[in-house]
Amino acid sequence: MASGMANIVQFENVGLRYGTGTETLSDLSFTLTSGSFYFLTGASGAGKTSLLRLLYLAQRPSRGVVRLFGEDAGVLPRARLPGFRRRIGVVFQDFRLLPHLSAYDNIALPLRVAGIPESDIEAPVREMLAWVGLTDRGKAKPPTLSGGEQQRIAIARAVIGRPEILVADEPTGNVDPDMAERLLHLFDSLNRLGTTVVVATHDFHLLNRIPNARMMRLEKGRLHDPTGALRHPPASPA
Amino acid sequence: MKLSLNPNAPDRRLLDEGRRTRAMTWIMSVMLFLTVLSGGLGLGMLAATAQLDRQLSGRLTVQIVEPDAAVRDRQARELVAALRSTAGVVRAAEVDRARLAELLKPWLGDTGLDPDLPMPAMIDVDVRGDAAVRATEEAARRIAPSARVDRHAQWLSPVRSFMATLTWLAGGLVLLMASATAAVVLLAARAGLDTHRDTIEVLHMLGSTDLQVARLFQRRIAIDTLLGGAIGAALALGLIWLLQSRFDALGSELMSGVALQQRDWFLLLLLPLSFALLATFAARVAVLRALAKTL
Ligand SMILES: Nc1ncnc2c1ncn2[C@@H]1O[C@H](COP(=O)(O)OP(=O)(O)OP(=O)(O)O)[C@@H](O)[C@H]1O
Ligand SMILES: [Mg+2]
Repeated sequence: MASGMANIVQFENVGLRYGTGTETLSDLSFTLTSGSFYFLTGASGAGKTSLLRLLYLAQRPSRGVVRLFGEDAGVLPRARLPGFRRRIGVVFQDFRLLPHLSAYDNIALPLRVAGIPESDIEAPVREMLAWVGLTDRGKAKPPTLSGGEQQRIAIARAVIGRPEILVADEPTGNVDPDMAERLLHLFDSLNRLGTTVVVATHDFHLLNRIPNARMMRLEKGRLHDPTGALRHPPASPA
Repeated sequence: MKLSLNPNAPDRRLLDEGRRTRAMTWIMSVMLFLTVLSGGLGLGMLAATAQLDRQLSGRLTVQIVEPDAAVRDRQARELVAALRSTAGVVRAAEVDRARLAELLKPWLGDTGLDPDLPMPAMIDVDVRGDAAVRATEEAARRIAPSARVDRHAQWLSPVRSFMATLTWLAGGLVLLMASATAAVVLLAARAGLDTHRDTIEVLHMLGSTDLQVARLFQRRIAIDTLLGGAIGAALALGLIWLLQSRFDALGSELMSGVALQQRDWFLLLLLPLSFALLATFAARVAVLRALAKTL
């Protein structure tokens, strides 16, 4: 755990309401410390994706304050959003790969968006392809890849920019247990390099694979934190 | 994601080319065809008006209507002589009688040329400056009180104002086309945003700025409008050139003024370029406005 204990994410009484219905998320108050590993669990429909969307700035809260990197995300001017988003890597639950681009170009996207010169792009992309075990599928278009392969491309795209926060929504939903464990190992190594990782998952088998991970549990839009680990994180065990 | 015209540049592939339509290119070629034609008409009229002005501004005709042929001829001779010594008069000459008869033939018929019919004497006068016009009028009054002085510019003024109207009309058409082009581009950009909504959302989530996204659309529209504009403008320029060589063949003094100068051709060539610039700017504005409403 390279980084100190800085609060990289802070939710204060956050509520989220889609349209005019009841609140999907209510009274969320927690702090994520920089360099930690978090699992977010909860039944389907509990609001995991919604919480993560607040985290990666796809959504503004209906009430409360979301603080990212020490700044109130709710009042960030539009022009500053891209800069913040480049510091966050996201594995979307539905991948969101661009179907008309090759796997290679999908993975390269965050670097190109950030204006990295083309000569500095090939090596990291090749490395990422190898990392997720898809070296020979670089030219393939996502629709010709299996669900698990697409998921791995999505993960490679999320981590290639060395984000400060990695948000992964069900990143192992489409792969076999072996591959799931391997991917989790990737997240763990990234975490050891200092990235704060938040993984939403249904897969309880994964939870005890990362000994230092902290748990967040959503039930019907409310956060349950029986151990109190979130609000008052214990001293870094590593 | 810098701007690159290399067709294989990675950022050129960001928007799915498979979803691209040729509609914009076609619309732009029709637009530029009509615009360049209108522009050609306007510039041609402008040139013709200028030539008309040059030809007519200093040209007068003095008509002496006098039943007594002897008096009439004497007055005509005296007036020509007087005018020739007037300052500002470049040329003064009586129109040949036989030619005058020839000119009148269509109105009077073959048999109509009755030798008893009083024919006016006509004197063509080329002058320089308004003072010379007044001097001519004075001399005519003095020597031949029945004389009438016509300024060509006067009786051609309806023609001139018609040509001026055409010039304005052509200019108006060009402006109308420009605004229609901008409107079409706004619509196309909005449709494009809809078509590529998913891609744009992903680009945003990966940290693309609005300008980066707008550039993708801008460049696409610039290429489409340049291509379409080039086709339309080339066709229109060809047509104008064809029409102009027909005018030349007519040999008409009035029509030959319609000839386009090098500068006019250059201006016409600028039309597709400026329309492409306009379209690019419209696309940029449309995309940035639409994106500003998203998160
Ligand atoms: N864009 C939306 N508009 C309206 N309601 C939404 C929207 N997104 C999610 N919801 C609702 O919010 C609730 C929480 O959804 P969310 O996707 O956050 O759950 P989840 O915990 O991620 O579920 P899963 O495990 O199935 O992915 C659901 O009842 C869902 O119907
Ligand atoms: Mg979900």
